Amino acid sequence: MEVIDSGIGKLIRPPDLNAFREWNRQKPKGLVDKRMTEAEAVSQFVHDGDYIGTELYGTVRCPMSLVYEIIRQGKKDLIVAGQGVLELDMMLAAGLVGALDLTYIGLEVYGVSNPLRREVESGRIETVVDWSNAAMAWRFKATAMGVPFIPVRSMLGTDTLKYSAAKVVKDPFTGDPICLVPALILDVGLIHVHRADKFGNAQIDGISGFAAEMARSCKRLVLSTEQIVDSEELRSHPNRTIIPYFLVDAVVEAPFASHPGEMCYVYQRDEALIKDWVKAAEDLATSRAYLDKYVYGVKNHQEYLDLIGADRLQSLRQGVNHE
Amino acid sequence: MNSQVNSTPDYNPSELLICTAARLMVDHTTAVIGTGLPMLAASLAQKMHAPNLVTIFEFGGIGAIIDQLPTAVGGQRSFHRAVYAAGLSEVFETAQRGFLEYGFIGGAQINPYGDLNSTVIGNYAHPKVRLPGSGGANDAASHCWRTIAIMNHDRRRFVEQVDFVTTPGFLGGPGRREAAGLTPGTGPYRVVSNLGIMGYHHESKRMMLLATQPGVSVAQVLENTGFELLLAEPVEENPPPTQEELRILRDEVDKDRLYI
Repeated sequence: MEVIDSGIGKLIRPPDLNAFREWNRQKPKGLVDKRMTEAEAVSQFVHDGDYIGTELYGTVRCPMSLVYEIIRQGKKDLIVAGQGVLELDMMLAAGLVGALDLTYIGLEVYGVSNPLRREVESGRIETVVDWSNAAMAWRFKATAMGVPFIPVRSMLGTDTLKYSAAKVVKDPFTGDPICLVPALILDVGLIHVHRADKFGNAQIDGISGFAAEMARSCKRLVLSTEQIVDSEELRSHPNRTIIPYFLVDAVVEAPFASHPGEMCYVYQRDEALIKDWVKAAEDLATSRAYLDKYVYGVKNHQEYLDLIGADRLQSLRQGVNHE
Repeated sequence: MNSQVNSTPDYNPSELLICTAARLMVDHTTAVIGTGLPMLAASLAQKMHAPNLVTIFEFGGIGAIIDQLPTAVGGQRSFHRAVYAAGLSEVFETAQRGFLEYGFIGGAQINPYGDLNSTVIGNYAHPKVRLPGSGGANDAASHCWRTIAIMNHDRRRFVEQVDFVTTPGFLGGPGRREAAGLTPGTGPYRVVSNLGIMGYHHESKRMMLLATQPGVSVAQVLENTGFELLLAEPVEENPPPTQEELRILRDEVDKDRLYI
C-alpha cells in the first residue's frame, strides 16, 4: 500500500498482535472467583508506567473508586489513553500522568481542564498525541478484532491527523485516500458496570460508550460494579452481557463508584461536589487540598462513602429518573 | 431594525445563539448534538417546530427526547426515551455510512473555510493554551452531510489562520475535502454567531455573511471578523427571538439556568 501521508505524533506503543494473542492464550479461562477490593485490584494489576484506559468518562459511569485508589497508591508515569473528564483531571492534578494519547480532556459545561493546561503548557508532559474520539474507539476496535490497524474516514486533511500517529494510504482497491489508525493495546483497562457476577461477566444499562471495544483491547481488565449478582441472573439474559468473564482480571463491588458522576437509572451526579472540584482544580494547591480530603484522607471506598454521607448519597438515588 | 439598535434587547447573547441555532434544526432529520449550546438548541427545537428531531449524542444516545437538559453528552438525559442506546463506535459508524445529516459543533477558532480549532492556542509542542481537543468534533465534521458551527464572534475567534485544524471545514478551498478523502457533498453549512449567520460561497467555499443578528450592522460584523468576509446580496436581518421561543427556553428548556 502506498503511504501518502504520515502523522508525526509518537506511536506510543506499537501494537504487537502476536504477543497479545500469546497473552490472551495464557489468561485463565476457568470460571474463578475474581472478587477483591480496590486496593487489592490496583496493587495487583496496575503498575507504574502502565498504559491505562478508563471508560466512560469522569461524570458518567466512570470507575472513580478505582481511580481514587490509583491516586492513593501513587501509581506514576502512567500513559493514558485520554478521553476523560474528572478522572483524568484528578490523575493529572496528582502528577501521575507521563504521556497522553488524547482526544478530549475537559469539563464539558464547566470548560477547559486546568490540570491538563498546567501539565502540558509547563512541558511536564511532553508526549501528547491527539486523535479524534471515534479514532480512539476504532483503535480499540482494531485490537478487539485482533488486527493491527483499521481504515477510517475521520481525521483526514486535518492537523489532528498530522500530529497523530495515523497514516494516510492509497486504498489498494479504489485508489482513494484512506486513514489508517493503529490498534491500541492497553496494559490495563478500568470499567464500571451496573452488575457483574463474581467471575466478571458484566452488564451495562443505557449507552455503552466504548466499553465493548476497550474491554477487548487491554491485557488486564479491572471491573468495578454497582452490585455483584448471581451468575444465574446473568445467564438468564446472556444477550445483555457486554463483557464476558474471560476478559476480566478483577471484580470490585463498589456501589456509588462513579460518584460524583452519575450512573444511569441508579443515581444522579452530585453537581455540588463536581463544582467543588472544578473550583479546586483551578490551581495546584487547591486541587491537592481536594485530593487530600476526598482521596488521600480516606483509606478506601467505604470511608469515602462515609465521608460523603448516607443522606447525601440517598438523595442522589432518589433524584434519579427511571425512564 | 432601528427600534432594536437603541433599545436593550430583552434577551442575552446566549439566548440569541440558542434560538438562532434551534431554527436551523429540521424536523425529521438526524443531528449530532455537541456539548453545551447545541443541547439547548435541540431541546428548544423539539419543543417548537421540530418535535421529531432525531438527536444523536456521541457516546450512544440516538433519538432522545430532551426533556431535562443534559449536562453531559454521555449522561442519562442524552438517551432519555431514546429509540436506541448504542455506543460511540456505532454512532460514528452510522455517521460514516452517511445517515447523519447535521452536525452542531463549536470551537475556539474558525477560519474563512470553516476549519475549526479546539486543540491548542499557539504552537502545538509548546502551547500557550492547551484546549480539550477534538472529542467527536472532527468525526462529526468529517462524516455529517452538513456541519453547523456555533461560535461567539470576535477577531480572536474568526481568524485568517487557525492555530490548529482540529476539525475539517473546506480545508482551505474547493475540492480539498474530496482530495483528502472525505465524502463529496459533505462539509460546513452554517456558522451561527452572536453577530450573524454565515454560509459559504458555493464556488470559492469562503465564508459569507447571510444575515446579521437583530440590531447588528454589517460593518460591526466585518469589524469583528479577522478575515475578509464575503457578503450575500442582500444581507438579511435575522428576526429576534420571539416571546414564545424565550418563554420555552427560560421556563422549560433551561429552567435551572445552567447555561442562560
